[in-house]
Amino acid sequence: MNRKISRRSLLKVGATAITASSLSFLKILPASAAAGDVLVTVTGQTINSLDLHRTGTNRASYQVAVNVYDRLVSFGTKEAVGGGMSYDYATIEPELAESWTVSEDGLLLTFKIKSDAKFHDGKSVTAQDVKWSFDRAVSVGGFPTVQMKAGGLIRPEQFTAVDDVTFTIALDKPSKLTLPDLAVPIPFVINSEVAKANATPEDPWAMEYLHKTPAGSGAFKVAAWKPGEQLIYERNDDWAGGELPGIKRLVLREVASPATRRALIERGDVQLSFNIPNKDAKELAGEVSVISTPIENCMHVLGLNTTFEPFQDPDVRKAMAYAIPYEEIFQAAAYGRGERLWGGAAKVDSTEWPRKSPYEYDMDKALDHLGKSAFSKGFDVPFSISLGLSDWMEPTALLIQESIAKLGIKSELEKIPGANWRTAALVEKRLPLHLDNFGGWLNYPCYYFFWAYQHGHLFNSSNYKNDEVEALVDETLHMSVEDPDYAPKIMRLFEIAFEDIPRIPLWQPALNVATNGAQGYEFWFHRQLDIRGLTSA
Amino acid sequence: MAQTIPVVIGVVVISFLLTRALPGDPAVYFAGDAADAASIQQVREALGLDKSMPQQFLIYVGDLLRGDLGQSLSSGQPVLTDLTYRLPASLELTLVALGLSCLIAIPLGVLAATRPGTWVDHLCRVLVTAGVSLPTFFTGVVLIYFFYYLTGWAPAPLGRLDFIYIEPDRVTGFYLIDSLLAGDIETFLGALKQLILPSITLALFTMAPIARMTRSAMISALSSDYIRTVRAAGLSRTTILRTYAFRNALLPVITTLGMVFSFSLGANVLVERVFAWPGIGSYAVDALVASDYAAVQGFVLAMALLFVFVNLLIDLLYSVVDPRIGFADNE
Repeated sequence: MNRKISRRSLLKVGATAITASSLSFLKILPASAAAGDVLVTVTGQTINSLDLHRTGTNRASYQVAVNVYDRLVSFGTKEAVGGGMSYDYATIEPELAESWTVSEDGLLLTFKIKSDAKFHDGKSVTAQDVKWSFDRAVSVGGFPTVQMKAGGLIRPEQFTAVDDVTFTIALDKPSKLTLPDLAVPIPFVINSEVAKANATPEDPWAMEYLHKTPAGSGAFKVAAWKPGEQLIYERNDDWAGGELPGIKRLVLREVASPATRRALIERGDVQLSFNIPNKDAKELAGEVSVISTPIENCMHVLGLNTTFEPFQDPDVRKAMAYAIPYEEIFQAAAYGRGERLWGGAAKVDSTEWPRKSPYEYDMDKALDHLGKSAFSKGFDVPFSISLGLSDWMEPTALLIQESIAKLGIKSELEKIPGANWRTAALVEKRLPLHLDNFGGWLNYPCYYFFWAYQHGHLFNSSNYKNDEVEALVDETLHMSVEDPDYAPKIMRLFEIAFEDIPRIPLWQPALNVATNGAQGYEFWFHRQLDIRGLTSA
Repeated sequence: MAQTIPVVIGVVVISFLLTRALPGDPAVYFAGDAADAASIQQVREALGLDKSMPQQFLIYVGDLLRGDLGQSLSSGQPVLTDLTYRLPASLELTLVALGLSCLIAIPLGVLAATRPGTWVDHLCRVLVTAGVSLPTFFTGVVLIYFFYYLTGWAPAPLGRLDFIYIEPDRVTGFYLIDSLLAGDIETFLGALKQLILPSITLALFTMAPIARMTRSAMISALSSDYIRTVRAAGLSRTTILRTYAFRNALLPVITTLGMVFSFSLGANVLVERVFAWPGIGSYAVDALVASDYAAVQGFVLAMALLFVFVNLLIDLLYSVVDPRIGFADNE
């Protein structure tokens, strides 16, 4: 233990960008108090940009937008299923906005910005900054623009800075998705003066500058960043967006090998290991604290492509759904982490989603349904999985392959490289039988159906098209959940999805986090580490 | 020099064509999670991938001539920055490992050659066979398990420096050298500690060819006519071994060293993964997986230049070890 104490009391941080002020606060801290101020965490992923709006920014980098920037609003906190805390989709809380009002017709949102909110360089956060940042998000194209559009935020003209502290959003139609969409990582608020000073005619949105130099108002600043190695966060003591974080500094180290990450967390040299494999989560539980949170609005599914002739027959699809050894897969591929999504009631009685499908492993029923179809003797089909996701896809596919072989359905495993997977599965939608995963950031079933069941949409890898589904999704997507029509329409969607079963739900995956000396971890829908609530245990 | 230019041109063309032949569409990959056709097209245009292949090639060569290797998408940095940062990390690891490997393998090979068939010879054989037949990621994990996880003797496998040390000012990019230049012994020791386990892992793997080559070269040297002659002349055993046998046996060993160096620089990707080493191997693999054209091209080009340089160095070493080679060139 001696070694650990000396490590912490040294508190020298391997950073090139340590400022004079940060060094001085380190010097005056007594060693005992200092121990709780720094956390070391590991992850397997690389942060490749500090600007979420940039083309090519990967998922792992979203956490910078969360921790270093603020949005107008944020979500609340609640107890999570499976232990620990979770963000609370049901409550919207202020972050930069002090208060907001929605006009009678739902078309005009007016935000008052906190007067004490300041960027890291000391400049006050104004409505002009918000306007510039929102203009940027809807203009740069790619993922940010698509995500903004989901909330009805499409054109710069919709955003107005009325005065320094008043910001308004004009909507084309009222939507329940707008407010939650303001709390996702995308519409973060940038210091527009700094950004504009570093913009060029070719780069009007200062993409090159903000890529390496954040200009935010968030709870943390970036003290040092080396892609492929580490990122060091340092607390912003003047943060106005919420309660001041309990830690002064967080070192995020990238360690590619899961075995090494496991050794580090078990030894206690790092206090938090983010997104650990299911197998490690199962085996580490008990030794260190492991939190496995089922990911909201997210499912692992078996996709049956309706352009493939046998899968056009509903009986073949049902036969497939009855031929899956669900529990075996759940244990072998997920190590029991997450939520089971099979064996549910025959009748849909709530708008809960993801929910258990009425199917379960029953070979007699599978044979029955296949017998009723034109393919009673079986058929040949390629079974595609992504090499990048082989940790869960491979065991799942092997067990399904073995089971459907008993129906006479011969499948050959086709492993597609990760870089090719999105093109093949989602853009070209050409894989007859495949595994898929989609999780919607905005936690509404209609939002899930919009992406995964409406024809032509990206995550509808089954090429599914049902006119009633098209109409129901269009009607419910922006409808308030309090509308008396909402629940019946959503339940009808579930019924059709289970009856037509183009996507067979397997299980709801979990996000696993191991802690050893840290507490206060909170699950977020964006599946990245929000460090603002962490404290040393 | 005259020979290297066509090699480099060839590498530029081939690496460009090969990366384009990679499966996968970087525009789709980097357009992000909820991208639709329009946003994928926007990304494609932003990356310049909507242009024709000859156009893309001309742009690439033009940039190259200006010393611009392009921008890596997966790391978000200019490829040149990535390479200048990561290549020294890999080189430092590989050179230390190779040094360690030579320190053990060459004496072992000499000993085995002087006493063929004895226990020393068998030990040599067992050691090198075991070393080469264990995959590096396995040796790495086993070493971490014993020396870090169980005993805690080794420092946490967290890359080149534990976070409690301040990185030395960058001069060469080699932490061992830079920390000494800065006069920071503490950081030097910190960097050295981090190097121990990964370099042992890599050394175990590279020992085999060096030891085997030393042994066989020594055996053939020892059984040659000139050794018989110096023995007959009554020279001491040490002089025979050192001056006459070993020096002659060194040539094939140096050739092997060059080859081992080249392949281990590329092959230590697994060691880099296990020890979180920010080296060039894991960089290239990540870039390949993401169809990151610029990064892959930059990596191939850097490796090609490095190999050309290493070959040159080995040719020069030949003439140092065996002056006859130098004379032959001059005639």
